[in-house]
Amino acid sequence: MGDREGNKSMRHLRIPVVIVTLGLLVAACGTTAGPSASGITEIGEGEGELNLVIWAGYAERGDIDPAFDWVTPFEEETGCEVNTTDMTDSNNGVSLMQSGEYDGISASGDATSRLIASGLVAPINTDVFENYGNVFDGLKDLPHNTVDGVNYGVPHGRGPNLLAWNTEEVTDAPTSWDIIWEQGADYAGDISIYDSSIFIADAALHLMNSQPDLGITNPYQLTQEQFDAAVALLEELNTNNPLYWGTFSDQVSSYGAGDVVVGTTWQFQVNLLQGEEAPIEATLPDEGSTGWSDTWMMAAEAAHPNCMLMWMDHMMSSEANGQATVWFGEAPTSQEACDYAETLSPGHCELTHATDEAYYDRIWYWSTPQEDCADDDDGTTCVTQDDWVQAWTTLRGA
Amino acid sequence: MIVAYFGSLAILLLSAFWEKDAFTGRVEPFVWSLDAFDDLITNTVYRTIALRTIAIAVLVTLTDALLAFPIAYYMARVASPRMRGVLTVAILMPLWAAYLVKVYAWRTILQGNGFIEWMLEPFGASAPGLGQILNSWLVLSYLWLPYMILPIYAGLERIPGSLLEASSDLGARSGTTFRRVVVPLVFPSLVAGSIFTFSLTLGDYITPDLVSDAKFIGNVIYDNSSLGNVPLAAAYSLLPIVIMIGYLLVARRLGAFESL
Repeated sequence: MGDREGNKSMRHLRIPVVIVTLGLLVAACGTTAGPSASGITEIGEGEGELNLVIWAGYAERGDIDPAFDWVTPFEEETGCEVNTTDMTDSNNGVSLMQSGEYDGISASGDATSRLIASGLVAPINTDVFENYGNVFDGLKDLPHNTVDGVNYGVPHGRGPNLLAWNTEEVTDAPTSWDIIWEQGADYAGDISIYDSSIFIADAALHLMNSQPDLGITNPYQLTQEQFDAAVALLEELNTNNPLYWGTFSDQVSSYGAGDVVVGTTWQFQVNLLQGEEAPIEATLPDEGSTGWSDTWMMAAEAAHPNCMLMWMDHMMSSEANGQATVWFGEAPTSQEACDYAETLSPGHCELTHATDEAYYDRIWYWSTPQEDCADDDDGTTCVTQDDWVQAWTTLRGA
Repeated sequence: MIVAYFGSLAILLLSAFWEKDAFTGRVEPFVWSLDAFDDLITNTVYRTIALRTIAIAVLVTLTDALLAFPIAYYMARVASPRMRGVLTVAILMPLWAAYLVKVYAWRTILQGNGFIEWMLEPFGASAPGLGQILNSWLVLSYLWLPYMILPIYAGLERIPGSLLEASSDLGARSGTTFRRVVVPLVFPSLVAGSIFTFSLTLGDYITPDLVSDAKFIGNVIYDNSSLGNVPLAAAYSLLPIVIMIGYLLVARRLGAFESL
């Protein structure tokens, strides 16, 4: 294994090193991203293959519903055969990218900064894309996809983590996460929770409201005291014996079987469950929620860079982005995609608040816990990503 | 072949001593560190998980031994040849079905709206659901039962009938014969069977994940390797390796390998 990896990285080392060095040079000089940022000014011939790490549902070929197929047209047009691997959470996605076997990833904000910092993803020259111009300005050049003026990816879609419930068991539609954190005992054994260290942020978000004295200003950047309080809240939740879901299919089967009646979810599972006519509803609670804004990124050592760049462009096209965002239940990234989405699912853009920045102000996008608290204040230190994972293992293992 | 097998094993064990960057999560090969072992020792959760796994492995082994003995005895000593054939097929049959199929079948039995709920419903009770650690005990006992029955059956069949006759000729009651002749002679076979039930349970991570929410040693190894913390996964995997080496040494002393 080690030897094989060694050879592989040797083989692919030269070009990426040039790319990364150029990227760093540009970053160091503080200039804005010019064509030299990626060393690529136009997309070349496809390499015939494309290997992606994705969130489940981000690359459909019509297997579940023939109306949703944005992979086959891409393959026919470019000749790039698409292979995908689902990640269970961002930590898993980063780990898969470290294997060096993938060309790109649909990374959430808690993965993007780690991928950029470790040099696993390549700077991108957005000028090579036909569809980048259409993308909402509100999604461009954000901290999770751009560092020092250099773009490292293109937006895919965004959305909140939702509160879902079974309408037969929970008759009063909840409007607050309190149903999990404060009234959890009423639903002991029936609560569905996302099995990832990033869920600690959901506890921290609740503490922002319930214990303002803790002074939490960002649920991802927590001091030791704030972090301990969040973990204590999760331990309390644990006494109510929640069922943790690792993959969307786990959760769909638990809700379907009636094993769980309330919990945190994605619009995707809600769509699937409602498609099966399960009595499931979901909402964005009043106090806001954690959420995600996903970015297609290209591996620094991508074996099929042209196919990857074509894929990125394809995923910003109105048809592909419209279909993908309706399928997953998230907000499209351009007005054109919005218009296309409306033809598939009327009202989609309003439902997902695609153009409503005030709505997204209530959402804390997943981001990586950092020791320096991701701020300019040298005086503060925060609990690191590693400790988040450790704490989650402890919580889940006990 | 040998190089590939032992080479990868050696790298796995070596990687337990490699360093990992806290932010990017990148593992630095051949940068030595004892961080992984430090984590394992200071965080008590790993001890809890190890003890839980070993306890379930012991429970599964005892359960299977208790269930397997009468079945094997009946097959070897009581059943007619026809009945013995039927039983042999019945015991081997589940081994032909895929592991995952069996575990998912148990999942549908245990979860809400499943078979158990259907049985309990008339009494006003509902299914225990998939959050129970005892589910793992139940399902693993089911899965590994044939591995216990077959060695005991072989061991019982090897006992010459003349020994039992001699015992009763010398005035021993059937209970005494069983306790002082049959059990000592078949004990190595029981130990041989327990190697399977114990080691298979100790190393399993799919069943605990699918039918219960409780983590086993294997889950921690799997989770950490899929989250990129290979050093911790490698360090933790040393534990079952050490346990099994110890178990096999004891089993050899008890004569288990001669009776396989």
